[in-house]
Amino acid sequence: MSTMAKGKYGLFGWFATSMVVFWLLIAIGPFVWTLWGSFKVQGDFFSKADWRNAIYGVMTTIETGEPFTGNGYWGAWVQEEFWRNALNTAIVVVFTVIISLTLGTLGGYALARSGYRYAFIILIAALIFRAMPHITLVSGYLLPFFEWNLWGRLSTTIIVLVAINQPFTLWMLHSFFLNIPQELDESALVDGCTRFQAFWHVIVPVMWPGVITTGLFSFLLAYNDFAVTSMLLSSENQTMVPRIASFLGTVREQGNVMFAVSAVVSAIVPLFFLVLFFQRQIVSGLTAGAVKG
Amino acid sequence: MPHRYFFWFILPALAAMVLFIALPIFSVAVQSLFVEHEQVMKEVENCGPFKCETVLQVDNETTARLQEEAPLGRFNGLGTYTNRAHLAFEEVGQIWAKTETWEDFVAGVYNLPLYKALFFTLSYTIVVTPLVLILGLFIALGVNRLPPITKGPTIFASLLPMIVTPLIGSLILFWMVDADGILGATLQVLFQDGDLSLKASAPLTWIMLFVYGVWHNTPFAFVVFYAGLQAVPHETLEAARIDGASRWQQVRYVVVPFMMPLVIFITLMQLMDGLRVFEPIVGFSASAKATSLSWIIFNDLFGDSKLYGSAAATSVITITAVCILLTPVLIRTWRDFHRKST
Repeated sequence: MSTMAKGKYGLFGWFATSMVVFWLLIAIGPFVWTLWGSFKVQGDFFSKADWRNAIYGVMTTIETGEPFTGNGYWGAWVQEEFWRNALNTAIVVVFTVIISLTLGTLGGYALARSGYRYAFIILIAALIFRAMPHITLVSGYLLPFFEWNLWGRLSTTIIVLVAINQPFTLWMLHSFFLNIPQELDESALVDGCTRFQAFWHVIVPVMWPGVITTGLFSFLLAYNDFAVTSMLLSSENQTMVPRIASFLGTVREQGNVMFAVSAVVSAIVPLFFLVLFFQRQIVSGLTAGAVKG
Repeated sequence: MPHRYFFWFILPALAAMVLFIALPIFSVAVQSLFVEHEQVMKEVENCGPFKCETVLQVDNETTARLQEEAPLGRFNGLGTYTNRAHLAFEEVGQIWAKTETWEDFVAGVYNLPLYKALFFTLSYTIVVTPLVLILGLFIALGVNRLPPITKGPTIFASLLPMIVTPLIGSLILFWMVDADGILGATLQVLFQDGDLSLKASAPLTWIMLFVYGVWHNTPFAFVVFYAGLQAVPHETLEAARIDGASRWQQVRYVVVPFMMPLVIFITLMQLMDGLRVFEPIVGFSASAKATSLSWIIFNDLFGDSKLYGSAAATSVITITAVCILLTPVLIRTWRDFHRKST
C-alpha cells in the first residue's frame, strides 16, 4: 500500500487528506472545547450572546476577576465530594482487572492447550455471553441480590464485573496462548515439572504482552460501565460514571452544571493517559478480534 | 491437556460465568413468568368532623406480607410477553384490522413501546453502520498516506471518541448542541430560528443520536481497516496500476474486495452494538423521543417501583434477538473448528 502514497498529489490525495483533517476536528474538537470550557463559568460555557465568550471568558472575568476559574472543579471535588466516587472507581477498576486477569489467564491457557470438544463448547458459550447486553443480566441480579442482602456493595459489583468480563478475557487470552508454541510447556513437562509448575515457570514469564493488552480492555470495561454500576451500587458506594449521571438531575436545578462539566473532564483524564501510553496495545487488541473474526 | 488439569485451570473462570451469567439468564427467564402482586385493598371507615364514610385503602401490611412470602410475585405465565408493553399481539391485531394503508399501520404500531424501541434500534443500525464503514475506510486510506511521523498522533486522536465512556462522550456532545451551547446556538443563527432546539423535535433527536453513533463507532472501523490496509498485497496493487487503474479504481477493485471480510466483521459488531444502545439515550436525555430495548429494561428497573417481570420479559426478547443475530457467526466458528480438528 505504501507505494500508493508515491507519485503526484492528485484529486484522490487531496480528498483523503481533507477527510483526515475533517475527522480530526470532529474527533478531538469536542474534548478540547469541553476542557477549555470547564475553566469558565456557566454563563460563558453556555453563552447565548456570543460563542466567543467561552474562549475569552468574558463572564468569567466579570464574575471571578480572572479569565480562568477552578470553581467547577472545587465544587465537584470538594463540595459534592466527587473524590469519594473517584476512589470507588479506583477500587472497582483495580480489583476487577486483577481478578479477571488471574481467572482469565488460567482459563485461557487451559482452553488453548485442550483440543477436546468441551473446550470448544465453552468458547462458543463465551461468545454468546459476550454479545449479550449487560443490562439484560442486571435484571437477573437485582431480585436475588436484594433478597440475600448483597445489593449496593462494591465487592458484589466487582465480582459481577469480573464475570461479565470473563468471556472477552477468555477469548483474547486463549488466542494469545495459541501463539505461544506448545513445545515450550511440553519440554518443561518432560523435564519433570507438574502442569502448574510448567505454567508458572515457563508460560507466565512470556505471557505479559498478551496480559497487558487484555488488561487494558478489562480496565475500559470496568471504568466505562454504566449499566451495572448504576443499578448495583448504593448511592454512597457510587463510582464516577453513575455519579455523573445522578449529578445531572440535581445540579441543573441549582445552576451548577459546571460541576458536572468539571467532573466529566476529570473522568476523561485517566482515559487520555491510557490511550497515550498504550496506544499500540489498544490498536493490536482491536485488530486481534477482527483477524479472528 | 488431561481432563483433570483442564478442570482445575478452567474452574474459577467457569464458575464466575456460570454463577453470574448463566444463572442470571435462567433467573431472568423465570422472573419473566411472574408479575408484581396486586396491592391488597381494604375498606376503612374515614371519619371527618361532620360525617363518616368508608373508603378503599391500600392494606400496606398485607401487601408487605405477601411480598415477603413470594418475592417473585404471582405467576402470570406468558402474559407479560403478550401485554401492551411487550409483543402486544392483541393490539397489533387490532391495528391491523382497523387500518387500511401501510403508513397508518406502521404509525399505529409505533405507539407501542417495544416496537417503538425496535424501530429506533433498526434505524440506528441501518443509518449508522454504512456511515461508519465509509468514513472509517476513507480515514484509513487518508492516514495511510500521511508521513510516518504524523501517523501516531493521528491514531491517538482518532481513538479518543471510542475509548471515552459512552455516557460521558454523549454528555460532551449534548452540552455542545444545547440551545445555549456552541453548536446549538450556531444552528439557531444559521436557521434564523431562536426557538430551534435539538431536544424538542423527534427527528432532530434521532439525528443527534445517529451523529453520536458515527462519532463513537468510526474509530473502531478505522483501526480495523487501517490494519487491513497493511496486509493488502503489493503485487496485486502494482498489477492493477500497470494495467492503468486510477487510484479510485485501485481502491474500488483491489482494496475494497480485499476488505470484505472486515466489512462483514464490523457490520456484525455494529448490529450487536445497535441492540446495546443505551448510554447515549440517558446522556442526551432523549428517552421521550427515542428508546431502545436496553433503555426499556433500565427504565423498568430504575426508581422505586421495580417492574422485575416486565424487565425480565424484555430481557428475554433481547437475548433471543442477540442469539438469532449470532447464528451465522456461530455456524462459521463451528465449521472452522471441525475443519481444523479433522
